[in-house]
Amino acid sequence: MSGFWTQALEIARKDLRTEVRTGEVFLITIPFGAVALMLIPLAVGTETALLRNIGSGMYWTIVLLFGVLVALRQSGVEGTTQEDLLSLLGIDPAARFAGRAGATTLLLLAFELVLGPVALALYDPQPKGWLWIAALIPLVAIGLGLLGTLAAAIATSIASMALVPLLVAPLSVPILLAASQTMDGLRYGNTILGWILLLVTMDLLLAVAGVLSARPLQEASR
Amino acid sequence: MTDRLVDLQGIGVRLGDTPILRGLVLQVDAGEVIGLVGANGSGKTTLLRVVATLMAPTSGQGRVLGAALTDEARFDIRHRIGLIGHTPALYPNLSLEENTRFIARLAGAGDGMVGAALDQVGLAGARHRRAIQCSHGMQRRAEFARLLITKPDLVLLDEAHAGLDRHAADLVAFIVDGVRSRGGGAMLVSHEHNRMTPLADRVVELRNGAIGTWEAP
Repeated sequence: MSGFWTQALEIARKDLRTEVRTGEVFLITIPFGAVALMLIPLAVGTETALLRNIGSGMYWTIVLLFGVLVALRQSGVEGTTQEDLLSLLGIDPAARFAGRAGATTLLLLAFELVLGPVALALYDPQPKGWLWIAALIPLVAIGLGLLGTLAAAIATSIASMALVPLLVAPLSVPILLAASQTMDGLRYGNTILGWILLLVTMDLLLAVAGVLSARPLQEASR
Repeated sequence: MTDRLVDLQGIGVRLGDTPILRGLVLQVDAGEVIGLVGANGSGKTTLLRVVATLMAPTSGQGRVLGAALTDEARFDIRHRIGLIGHTPALYPNLSLEENTRFIARLAGAGDGMVGAALDQVGLAGARHRRAIQCSHGMQRRAEFARLLITKPDLVLLDEAHAGLDRHAADLVAFIVDGVRSRGGGAMLVSHEHNRMTPLADRVVELRNGAIGTWEAP
């Protein structure tokens, strides 16, 4: 039997390959995210100062809302037969969680990177501190990837995907706050370390929760 | 390997208020192949899922490959069980080769086994075709390739003969012979008695979730 990281890597590779074939994220979710970013200025008005002020907040809100859809994409959800197959191959449920979260994180990273220039062009938020932003983007992607994967596992175990928004909403608030406040802090020269620390803590907590709950959630879903 | 692969004592399964299995007693010994027959809804698939440790019994006790069905030890023997169910366990958007390689890598077998296994089940020419583009029979063959790679000690086949041509049906016999020669065992569910009974050492019938005596038609 293969080791933990081999299992996680193979699951992530399979998820990403499936995504490339189906194009759910790149052909559907990302264009819709870009459209949402374009619609907001039409709704609130095109005043440059206003758009500049709300730009980073809108970007992170769209990333969060559509990011959860990325995490819940159909191509990343195993059917019962595939779940059984993985169980009977002796795959560690924690490795499954890590693999799925890893693939989702990479897709979210791509999502953020594609939407970033769109937000810059539409809102001109005049971001500063690019090195910090370079650290912020993957931290948010990891957090949302872990959160979405964990929420999907919980929803599967209780056979109700309708509960996912209720699970995701409260847990995503610290991530959204930390991301938008970091951007504002960089822009206005305020301290951002506390927000970055909050993001790192959230990522770690979600990773630990996902790994520890992987087996019970898997068995509860049967 | 333990001599008794499966030992079920009074196993019951209820889904809500509906009893699916009732006080079922069944043993499968090493080297033994059991045929399971029964009408639709008699509990055959549920029984296979219980034996595969994928469904916990609601009453009774049982051991599979030495592990109690309710102990955490069952997680450690799952990789020694090979189940082929009604629905092919393939990823539809991956090719047959990608599906098989995924299995081989997770099972810790080398990539070199992939081509050989696909060749053995007659899918060498279709290995680049996505599973979703394959017929039911081809998908079944791909699942047989999985069993050739993972070499389970206990093989559970649920209607494995359904929709197969004669050559593919011979693969079922090949897989059953293989597990028997390794000292393992198998449980075969089939409505095609003429194909299943020659493979089985004994045939039992499920009636309303309990074992009954089967009489060949």
